[in-house]
Amino acid sequence: MTHAARELLTGGEAVAHAMRQIDPDVVPIYPITPQTPIIQGYAQFVADGRAHGELVNVESEHSAMSAAVGAALAGARTMTATSSQGMALMAEIVYIAASMRAPIVVAVGNRALSGPINIHCDHSDSMLIRDSGVVQLFAENAQEAYDLTVLAPRLAEHPAVLLPVLVCQDGFTITHSAEPVELLPDAAVAEFVGEYRIPHAMLDVEHPTSQGPFAMPDYYFEFRRDQAAALVRVLDVLPELADELAASCGRRYSAVEEYALDGAERAIVALGSSAGTIKDVVDELRADGERVGLLKITSFRPFPAAAVAAALASVAEVHVLDRADSPGGAPPLFAELAAALYGSTTALHSHVYGLGGRELHPADIRDVFAGTASDYVGLRGAPCHA
Amino acid sequence: MAQLTPWEELEPGGAIAPSTSPASPTGGWRTGLRPDVDLSKCVNCLLCWLYCPDSAITLDGTVFAGFDLEHCKGCEICAVVCPTDAIEMVAEETAA
Repeated sequence: MTHAARELLTGGEAVAHAMRQIDPDVVPIYPITPQTPIIQGYAQFVADGRAHGELVNVESEHSAMSAAVGAALAGARTMTATSSQGMALMAEIVYIAASMRAPIVVAVGNRALSGPINIHCDHSDSMLIRDSGVVQLFAENAQEAYDLTVLAPRLAEHPAVLLPVLVCQDGFTITHSAEPVELLPDAAVAEFVGEYRIPHAMLDVEHPTSQGPFAMPDYYFEFRRDQAAALVRVLDVLPELADELAASCGRRYSAVEEYALDGAERAIVALGSSAGTIKDVVDELRADGERVGLLKITSFRPFPAAAVAAALASVAEVHVLDRADSPGGAPPLFAELAAALYGSTTALHSHVYGLGGRELHPADIRDVFAGTASDYVGLRGAPCHA
Repeated sequence: MAQLTPWEELEPGGAIAPSTSPASPTGGWRTGLRPDVDLSKCVNCLLCWLYCPDSAITLDGTVFAGFDLEHCKGCEICAVVCPTDAIEMVAEETAA
């Protein structure tokens, strides 16, 4: 096991390095805060001759994803990046990328959706395309954003999967915050990702195909079912790939991360960078003898319901922190937990927090564990209950 | 009706091998009129064959042989481009 030295990098810079090392063939891009450092960093690598992808400077994210679908299906390893309104504009083609089984890797810097217009983090943009059929992995910090990006092409291109993979990192909190990141050696990443192969490359002139069919009521349902099954197979493929990556970097990823859940009576479930803050609070409360823990969801799509239910089987009280709301309904992560724990005796509580970049402080997390937090954590005004 | 494929046997993304169109009869989309030919007027220029968007003009070698009504949509282009008015559109139920 060879370890490269740690470098001080933002999440955006770390993922730009991952892209340089993966060295995709085609990268259609359109800038948007807070993902811009990713493509800016990568474009600099291309300009300096350190990466060799074809940068396509398109006129919108709708075009970025459209170009990505064409490139990926033609037979080129393809990556792009987006955030917020860019994700919203891309959404139409994200569904098409998934249904055409185009294994595109997308670096996401999560940001609130307008309006009011805001550039800071929440997960509303990713939740907007929750049902598109793409894989959605959430990173806790810059290291995870880097590692998951290295993992992503293998997951996307796995013959049992063949779907877009979105590696989500919290806007600013991760994209723009520098922390020590351990990069793998360039050769190790090149060897790990290998050569791009898909079953029906459109430029394979020896085996021509027609793609993007029209499907009437006699076939549409079957195509959607096939696509959904491919997404669920990620839960089988991820452990093998995680083992292989762990052999190179020593860090092993799984769909969920259990933190101090042994003997925990109360637990928080969360996605993204807040998990880091929650871990600190868990450590402090555990030192005081409180039996608290964290379940971090790395794979939101597919949602590892069985692993979640197993991890929380003996936890009496679960608080779900959602960094996105579903006005008039259950917030997205809470809805998954309610389904995963259906029929159990676990008491389940929903808390929406952090919309538009509102900070989540350790004191807020202590309130959540204490059972004194509102359903809307950190919101000014009267306590709200959904 | 062709045999329908179950979901677990579909190609990822619905990639289709070429030349499957002849196996799908689409002439049922035709509404109203079908082409008919008066062979005594036909000069075998094959403009109809060139213009037909559905490859529904059949040939015997290089000689006009008729219409593939399993794929003709009744668009009338053949009747319009025919320089000798050998092709005319007739009611579907007209005897051939």
